[in-house]
Amino acid sequence: MNGVHDMGGMDGFGPVVPEVNEPVFHETWEGRVLAMNRAMGYTRTWNGDISRYAKEALPPEVYLGSSYYRRWAIGLEWMLMENGLVGADEFAAGKSLRPGEPLKRKLTTERLETALARGSYDRPAKAPALFNVGDHVRMRNIHPQGHTRLPRYVRGHAGVIERVHGCHVFPDSHASSSREEDPQWLYTVRFDSHELWGEHTDPTLKISVEAWEPYMEQAS
Amino acid sequence: MSDHDHPHGHGSELSEMQLRVRALETILVEKGYVDPATLDAIIETYEHKIGPHNGARAIAKAWTDPEFRRQLFDDASKAFATLGVPGGGAGHLIALENTPQRHNMVVCTLCSCYPSATLGLPPVWYKSSAYRSRTVSEPRSVLRDFGVELSTDMEIRVWDSTAEIRYMVVPMRPNGTDDWSEEKLASIVNRDCMIGTRLPDPRDAR
Repeated sequence: MNGVHDMGGMDGFGPVVPEVNEPVFHETWEGRVLAMNRAMGYTRTWNGDISRYAKEALPPEVYLGSSYYRRWAIGLEWMLMENGLVGADEFAAGKSLRPGEPLKRKLTTERLETALARGSYDRPAKAPALFNVGDHVRMRNIHPQGHTRLPRYVRGHAGVIERVHGCHVFPDSHASSSREEDPQWLYTVRFDSHELWGEHTDPTLKISVEAWEPYMEQAS
Repeated sequence: MSDHDHPHGHGSELSEMQLRVRALETILVEKGYVDPATLDAIIETYEHKIGPHNGARAIAKAWTDPEFRRQLFDDASKAFATLGVPGGGAGHLIALENTPQRHNMVVCTLCSCYPSATLGLPPVWYKSSAYRSRTVSEPRSVLRDFGVELSTDMEIRVWDSTAEIRYMVVPMRPNGTDDWSEEKLASIVNRDCMIGTRLPDPRDAR
């Protein structure tokens, strides 16, 4: 979706302000939100792409007006309701009104290290890769309504394949109602700054994104 | 939260988010979905075990051990696993080499993807709208916000983390550190150096 989360190249957000000796969490509740997201993610009720989409789908004013962990909290509540694990009446009451639903699995302290390590998104290839390193490609001018990892600032633009990463779970499909992994070839595509930002931009700048094969076509 | 945020505050007043998150946890625990001790352990892990010190160790080793350096650029996930770093065995980690001709920077414009299994949780500025919006179009101006000015002929390469591939920058070893131990070298590699927004400074040595 063309949401406010897709920020690459936007103006007006002001300076980047690094904080000296920044703590891991600024408020106790932030740590609890992170931990609950990890623990509920482990249950496999949803996947990471759905979790990203839950935040992107927040109303723009809520997204921009919320801190990172506030987005995570609201996104988690939404996924819990969507998946029938918690009812709106229970959130309103601030307590459980019914027994819990069965889960595929539950995170325990013994399984923590495995749970916090990153999973693999590599999958076997169903077909040979269409592109090779050095090929010129153009990002398709597409505007998916659901979740996508193709940023607006590269759509319609031409770049060069720099790396081929193998077949990976395709987020656009994985976050959809089918939840299918539909693995696709994943590439690093490099762009010149002039191609993305016009002729008066810094010529020393090159930008890359990771892009799945359905996002691109051979450049003519 | 500071007193400034609570003009009429009392010590016991709870913020909207504290109340909301407390209710959320109560519900999840009562339903048996999460175990509070496990939540504590997750927080403990991110506060004390996983953090930028792990990445700094790897970079100091890459500066002093050519074989490890080769491994790191060949397969960073495997190289981290040899250090016995928590989360180091995870796949999809790529190390980016800064050279006199090229400076690398990492961003996630769509959310805040970050190599958290190895470097810990990202700082607030990495997740900010300002960093996510400007880094792909005006990285030199972003670097100036960190007090970093690079020569005008150096290539700036920005990596937008749009997939599950995670990146960390391997900065150049500063001059005048030839006889330093790995431990002393690691002390000048802070988190921002590994994202590409700062350069290691020998004056930070501990």
